[in-house]
Amino acid sequence: MEKRVVFRSAWLPYALLAPQIAVTLVFFFWPAAQAAWFAFQLQDAFGLRTEFVGLSNFATLFGDANYLNSFKVTALFSTLVAVSGIAVALLLAVMADRVVRGALAYKTLLIWPYAVAPAVAGVLWAFLFAPSVGIVTYALRQAGYDWNWVLRGEQAMLLVVIASAWKQVSYNFLFFLAGLQSIPRSLIEAAAIDGAGPARRFWTIVFPLLSPTTFFLLVVNVVYAFFDTFGVIDATTQGGPAGSTQILVYKVYYDGVKAADLGGSSAQSVVLMLIVIALTVVQFRFVERKVQY
Amino acid sequence: MHIRTLAVAVAAAGLFSAHAQAQTEIQWWHSMTGALGDKLNEIASGFNASQKDYKVMPVYRGSYPESMTAAIAAFRAGSAPHILQVFEVGTATMMAAKGAVKPVYQMMKEAGEPFDPKNYLPAVSGYYSDSKGNLLSLPFNSSTPVFYVNKDAYRKAGLDADQPPKTWKEFAAAAGKLKASGRGCVYSTGWPAWVHVENFSAWHNLPIGTRENGIAGVDTEFKVNSPAHVKHVEMLADFAKKGWFTYSGRRNEAEARFFSGECAMLTSSSGAQANIRRNAKFDFSVNFLPYHDEIKSAPQNSIIGGATLWVMSGKKPAEYKGVTRFFTYLSSTGVQADWAKATGYVPITNAAFEAIRKEGYYEKVPGADIAVRQLNYKSPTPNSKGLRFGNYVQGREVIEEEMEAVFAGRKDAKAAMDDAVRRGNEILRRFEAANKS
Repeated sequence: MEKRVVFRSAWLPYALLAPQIAVTLVFFFWPAAQAAWFAFQLQDAFGLRTEFVGLSNFATLFGDANYLNSFKVTALFSTLVAVSGIAVALLLAVMADRVVRGALAYKTLLIWPYAVAPAVAGVLWAFLFAPSVGIVTYALRQAGYDWNWVLRGEQAMLLVVIASAWKQVSYNFLFFLAGLQSIPRSLIEAAAIDGAGPARRFWTIVFPLLSPTTFFLLVVNVVYAFFDTFGVIDATTQGGPAGSTQILVYKVYYDGVKAADLGGSSAQSVVLMLIVIALTVVQFRFVERKVQY
Repeated sequence: MHIRTLAVAVAAAGLFSAHAQAQTEIQWWHSMTGALGDKLNEIASGFNASQKDYKVMPVYRGSYPESMTAAIAAFRAGSAPHILQVFEVGTATMMAAKGAVKPVYQMMKEAGEPFDPKNYLPAVSGYYSDSKGNLLSLPFNSSTPVFYVNKDAYRKAGLDADQPPKTWKEFAAAAGKLKASGRGCVYSTGWPAWVHVENFSAWHNLPIGTRENGIAGVDTEFKVNSPAHVKHVEMLADFAKKGWFTYSGRRNEAEARFFSGECAMLTSSSGAQANIRRNAKFDFSVNFLPYHDEIKSAPQNSIIGGATLWVMSGKKPAEYKGVTRFFTYLSSTGVQADWAKATGYVPITNAAFEAIRKEGYYEKVPGADIAVRQLNYKSPTPNSKGLRFGNYVQGREVIEEEMEAVFAGRKDAKAAMDDAVRRGNEILRRFEAANKS
């Protein structure tokens, strides 16, 4: 029988919840509401003149081909980061799960990069791949390949994807490893006795059983690619060359903080908010159905 | 004994703090790092030691855009600094913020401080004056792009190292020979929009925008898609294709490639000289920017980059008095000459330039005077006294994006410069709408 514990007092539960609600209101809802309000205004940098302009900020945004291009860049970027981060982590986790000797050291080393701040990861990779002084650049040039991401958009994209996914691999790895260890050995052994090879065992047993983990990581990684990679981009390409790594969140930061265009930047963040809401709904309504718990 | 020493110490400390309280403190937010920051602190402590009434407190607040953003936020919260160092592209934003800043000429007049804007180099003061010639902010650190040549590389390529190219035609001939001598990187540039659009225009006496490059009014439009501009960008793209021009990025990344010996030629800020002198293990020269000799109006004069000091509004008269005294100290010949020599920025007053010249510094350090001579080459015209475009942080980035598309071979020069003008004008119209009085 279900046992329920209820508060007798009417106000106590609310009082206990109050600190959390206050934090949420002050740090999440208030700024969000302010951004939504600014999105309909045009103001100068110092806030001396403010004018209500209706939807004009949005009209400007969607009339700007570069802003529309930023959607494509963001879609490509987050797909690449999420897919490559998850795929590499899964591969490493499956390998690590089979290692018997030195497993602890191996696992610890794989988790390390997660402790590195995004901006530091960006600088690290930017140094390795710097067009003038990078050691990888030097090796590539020796091999006859022209590496210059300050001019070549696809190389710049590759660089920010590597730097962003590299960090996320550790995080994904942890979850996959835990997921793998919770799969009953007996299932795999039974399949092996029935004559299924390692690849078949993986695709018919392990992968489906990991699907809740994979789905969770998909959501987390897409959110990461959308919002947390901004440090990597700021430290390396700063959205260039010619906007080829200008993801939506970086443009919000650039227009709002560096270019002091509050109205335009707020309008963009409202658009971004809507996208994330839509994306979350889609993920939970459609992708989650394929997940077996 | 001990107690008495202690009592004296306490009394002294009390006296000292009483004295400190009588001093008026002046906050100065800046963006100078490394050796430049040290020198700036030295100027502030020099002023503090020179008198007893005021104390200037320099505070580093991050890069130019960062410190400007911080000051804007501080102003909105009612705690702006007295003095704020703002980079040249932020000029229009500061100027339009009439309630937030106090124009320097006005502050000087109110304080009764003798002040003549004619003491400043016209190419410098013109950039920061309104259309009536009133100085709005105090010029502080100014530089201009110059052309650096690796003389050893020239000799190796069989070129005359003492005859660096004056025109872009001569430049092309030299570039071909340098490439043939096996150079991986022939030429690169720092600050592409500043050098190849803004200064290209001024140096050839072509408008960057209407309304005297925006100085005469916010209803300005970009003009950087003229046939001459398109031809110049086309030429650079052609150089890139031939392997004569290597793009290094939007900031000063190219400078390291020059002083490491990788690139044989460089156009970048005159402020890079200190670094180049320290690091280059080869013989180099500093020269005027090349020009197109088929454009008859060239060469004219180049324009500056760098930053000025803006005074924020809403402070007490006594504090403004202190700022005024500090600005007079800062512009004095000794301080200016010292600052220019230590940093590689141009001396901003005529007197400081003369003082440096008279002591024979320019003979000792050849090339150090190129920047000033180029800025003063001819008396500035409406096309070459500076520029003032609203939200130019974004505007300059638009120009750089379009140029990158050309250099990468994704767009032709005409289409890119047309797009730069169209997108740039949209930004200008937004600024005009947000700042109409």
